[in-house]
Amino acid sequence: MIKLLLSGDTPRSTVLAVILGVILVCLALAPFLFPGVRTVDTAARICVFIVLVASYDLLLGYGGIVSFAHTMFFGIGAYGVALASTHMGRGFDAVFVGALAGTGVAAALALLIGLFSLRVRAIFFAMITLAVASAVAVLVSQLSGLTGGEDGLTFQTPRALGPAFKFGDELFGVKLNGKLLAYYFVFFGALILFLLLLRIVNSPFGRVLQAIRENDFRAEAIGYRVVYYRVAATCLSAGAAALAGALYAVWLRYVGPDTTLSMELMIDILLMVVIGGMGTMYGAVIGATLFVVAQNYLQNLMGAASGLVTDVPILPELLSADRWLLWLGVLFILSVYFFPTGVVGRLRQGRQA
Amino acid sequence: MSDPILRLEDVYTNIAQYHILQGVNLEVPRGAVTMLLGRNGVGKTTTLRTIIGHWRARQGRILLDGEDITKLPTPAIARMGVGFVPEDMGIFADLTVEENMVLAAVSGPIDSARLDWVFSAFPPLKTFWKSEAGNLSGGQKQMLSIARAMVEERRLYLIDEPTKGLAPAIISTMARALKDLKDQGASVLLVEQNFAVARALGDSANVMDDGRVTWSGRMAELAGDAGLQERLMGLSLEAH
Repeated sequence: MIKLLLSGDTPRSTVLAVILGVILVCLALAPFLFPGVRTVDTAARICVFIVLVASYDLLLGYGGIVSFAHTMFFGIGAYGVALASTHMGRGFDAVFVGALAGTGVAAALALLIGLFSLRVRAIFFAMITLAVASAVAVLVSQLSGLTGGEDGLTFQTPRALGPAFKFGDELFGVKLNGKLLAYYFVFFGALILFLLLLRIVNSPFGRVLQAIRENDFRAEAIGYRVVYYRVAATCLSAGAAALAGALYAVWLRYVGPDTTLSMELMIDILLMVVIGGMGTMYGAVIGATLFVVAQNYLQNLMGAASGLVTDVPILPELLSADRWLLWLGVLFILSVYFFPTGVVGRLRQGRQA
Repeated sequence: MSDPILRLEDVYTNIAQYHILQGVNLEVPRGAVTMLLGRNGVGKTTTLRTIIGHWRARQGRILLDGEDITKLPTPAIARMGVGFVPEDMGIFADLTVEENMVLAAVSGPIDSARLDWVFSAFPPLKTFWKSEAGNLSGGQKQMLSIARAMVEERRLYLIDEPTKGLAPAIISTMARALKDLKDQGASVLLVEQNFAVARALGDSANVMDDGRVTWSGRMAELAGDAGLQERLMGLSLEAH
């Protein structure tokens, strides 16, 4: 049963399986295990980013295609939900229409970019995605009538997903309100999308993609149209990213250029894929979890650490909470240095040795 | 020779500014092994790569069973039943042996009788069926590369230096497998530097020099005439 759900692609490492299990349980029970606005928010972000990073891994890790437009697709999904909810009024119909429209637009755009640039060489694709992504980001910030510009859009999600909606009193000290439902909406949405992506990369289609990544001429000589497969991978990946964006929008009830379209976000995604391990899917889970937790809690941790060493010279300065970005950078360099194949790659290697 | 499976008519191919093929005329008879011989750098590999469509012929025609395939994209040529084994093997290292084979069987699931035949020719592939192809030895990778072409019955096999850089024991395995293929009545165009293998397998031979086929005839005739070899290739094949 588990094997079927995972499409036969088991973690292949006991340590990895345990870590993934812990992450799954923590995310599944986050509102009960870690009650609190901030912790649940972090958990929801992790869910969304797992899908986003996994969809990018489909492209980069399995297809060997470098794209800089992944946040654009993410943003299109998020804006889809935001615009639909603004114009159609709050409700699940608006969420689904917005998500589907966003996914459709994202896939169509990916198709267009892919057909134009993937025919030639993969490097052109990277450059064109960069150009298109920048253009879309500028458009979104300029068309303020439609998109709210730099301020973004705040909108209402279905009543059942709002904090005002109550469907019971308390369970284990947790208020049974719409916010809880919203979390599980995001959690199960992300879980289903992740399993679908896992299904895709372990299908014959995924195998052909891997073959193309390793030796595209050879794949052609066997009889596979490399362009079609690359374009299809781009569209699937864009669609999944848009759905992740839709989940994010439902959770935040806000979209803006900074949260969904920025280049910074793109680089975060790249880092999460690399830290977790390219071409493994599970790397997305590990990478996204590590990264989002570090982003949210490193500052607190360092604040506490610098408080402990107030009497020592220099150290408190280095450990001051304001330096958290510096340490985040150091952590990344170290992780890339020690885990060149990502955390998952390292764990799987350990098993073979 | 009246009904060749493959015919090249005056084919010219450039790679960048270099004129590699300069009017290749070649016929590959049906149901026989045709050798393509010649010194290094005369265009043997380029000829194979032009047939499969990796390089485009600038001029001339390539006919498969009388059908013009000169302008077709590589995957279309492959799906018409041309199996290609490149000299660099080109296995998919991150995939398992099984996945490599499944991918190569483009027309559907692998036929189990055919697979048994491949296993009997290359026993290590059965042993390492579920392992990553990247972990195979050089000889086993070459076996996999040829097995990928053999996994389905092709109209024509293009095989580029299957014994290059292999240990003698593996060369004989390889030669046996190719002999097996030949006995099944397959049409093969084979580039081979190992003369013993070439003589044992070849029905007819074509010798290339300077981007052209300079001699065509029966393999036995070439093998039996050291003077002819000397003249065509600047060396005696027996000397190897």
